[in-house]
Amino acid sequence: MGIELQNITKTFGEYKAIDNLSLSIPSGDLIALLGPSGCGKTTLLRIIAGLELADSGKIILENKDTTNLPPREKNVGFVFQHYALFRRLTVFENVAFGLKVLPFRQRPARKEIRERVEHLLKLVQMDWALKRYPSQLSGGQRQRVALARALAVNPRVLLLDEPFSALDAKVRQELRRWLRKLHDEIHVTSIFVTHDQEEALELADKIVVINKGRIEQQGTPQEVYDHPANAFVYNFLGNVNVFHGRIKNGKVSLGNHHLDVPDELKNVEEKTSQTFVRPHEIGISRIRSNDNDLEGTIREVRLQGGQIGLNIECEGLDGAIEAEVPRELFINLQLAKGVQVFVTINRVRVFTGDYEI
Amino acid sequence: MGLFQRKRRNILPGFGLSMGYTVFYLSAIVIVPLSMIFFNTIPMGWEPFVHAVTAPRVLASYRLSFSTAFFAAIFDALAGLLTAWVLVRYRFPGKGLLDALVDLPFALPTAVAGICFATLYSPMGWFGQILAHWNLQIINTPTGIVIALIFIGFPFVVRTIQPVLEEVEQEIEEAAHCLGATRWQTFRKILLPHLFPALLTGVTLAFARGIGEYGSVIFIAGNLPMKTEIAPLMIMSKLDQFDYAGASAVALVLLCISFSMLLLLNAVQEWQQKEYNS
Repeated sequence: MGIELQNITKTFGEYKAIDNLSLSIPSGDLIALLGPSGCGKTTLLRIIAGLELADSGKIILENKDTTNLPPREKNVGFVFQHYALFRRLTVFENVAFGLKVLPFRQRPARKEIRERVEHLLKLVQMDWALKRYPSQLSGGQRQRVALARALAVNPRVLLLDEPFSALDAKVRQELRRWLRKLHDEIHVTSIFVTHDQEEALELADKIVVINKGRIEQQGTPQEVYDHPANAFVYNFLGNVNVFHGRIKNGKVSLGNHHLDVPDELKNVEEKTSQTFVRPHEIGISRIRSNDNDLEGTIREVRLQGGQIGLNIECEGLDGAIEAEVPRELFINLQLAKGVQVFVTINRVRVFTGDYEI
Repeated sequence: MGLFQRKRRNILPGFGLSMGYTVFYLSAIVIVPLSMIFFNTIPMGWEPFVHAVTAPRVLASYRLSFSTAFFAAIFDALAGLLTAWVLVRYRFPGKGLLDALVDLPFALPTAVAGICFATLYSPMGWFGQILAHWNLQIINTPTGIVIALIFIGFPFVVRTIQPVLEEVEQEIEEAAHCLGATRWQTFRKILLPHLFPALLTGVTLAFARGIGEYGSVIFIAGNLPMKTEIAPLMIMSKLDQFDYAGASAVALVLLCISFSMLLLLNAVQEWQQKEYNS
């Protein structure tokens, strides 16, 4: 195992930041810790790095118990949200820092340090900036230098704390793909923390969804997205329409309409429920295609790149429905604000019980 | 076209007015009074001037003033850095009181400080008695002068370092620790370079203040000719003998040396800043 956490608990005064959390991550994986802000994901990362002490539990990195080691003996690479580069040192000195502070006997020779730093900076495509100071670099460039600095000490594991959140959208996306490629080359066990589900889905081998200091679900992006374990996970991964209602006789009510419930809930007699529908799992047409279709009027049209977002007010429903249609369909159906449409709900997820968002 | 080009507008308004006031006040408060020293010296003529400022007693006083101010500033650098560190990094009862105490040398009439030191270090005083066991004498020696100047310069160093130290992000130190640096390495290689410009400013201020200090020093120095006479005292004693031109001459040299040293230190600082903030 690359990283093994056993029963980690951490409280700040009354507040339970991490609640008896256990997690195993195989060597060489790239894992996303995904959750809303304040869910404990950053605290967990800092505990792994030794920057925060857990109240109880065990931390095993690459088969070595590091629970009680101080950060400098843990040998983890840590990348901070705001880069935390050393301002008074050049890019070269920044990356070389971890090697130059090694005890004399372990410290590589000058020439070796130079070669290693140059190699790493080439890896992060920053080898042209050896003599620059951090203030002369853009945010994306600084974060790449920070990554090279973290990798310089051959860390057991690499921890990234919301590494892209301080960057603008375009750079963020670029850097994301680049990090994925880099990870495929170097294979160091890595965890990155994010509150951005898109980032987690795109980048990670495995996603761990955290809420209130506990793991809600873990699995590949596909598994987590297609088979969310509970209402929280479903709601957190992507946009969603939520309808509150009741399950009765294998049907779930959606306003005046009744939809078949998924198989696993066929046996439920009667219970309050929440029905979740993703905006892209809604079909829109100008003519009624089956009896369950809802009739509605488009209230709002939003351009979202390749997709068009629609806000549709349906008869018999309390709230409006958010739908997404491809641009071509939008044009072919001549949709616009105020147009009457029929709404087909292609796929629903129903969770029973009262879950509050 | 020409009209637009000539009138280049600054984003910040009021440059002319504020610059005018700055120059005016600087002239009224600093430049004109100090130029009087220059104009008082001129009637002397070159030969008497050289004679006045190269007298062995005067030269000895220059040496003493600059060397004691220098050592006091160096000591203040260490003590001030440590104090600023304690005030910024730790929370303890009485912190507010300690913080206020730092400023006391600013507020106290320096003569009062001088009298306090003189009593404390006199052979009968608390410290003087103890030091007498090892045959150490503080009063009437350059060491006494350094002690007085340390007291006077101390707040400058603390107050210039404090805000910079407060600004250092915790993440910077955490990053260094994660990379395997010990606390000492983090301080030496990361924090100290960061604090250095502020430290240099503080030391410069303490040093400049030390050169000009009069009140606190004369009580502890003993004012022995060639041994513990500081430059400001030379000026005072010339004034006492109604030798105004001679006093001005000594003052002029003191002023020129001080000014060029401050200029040099400023240049060093600017050069330092330029390196990482271009």
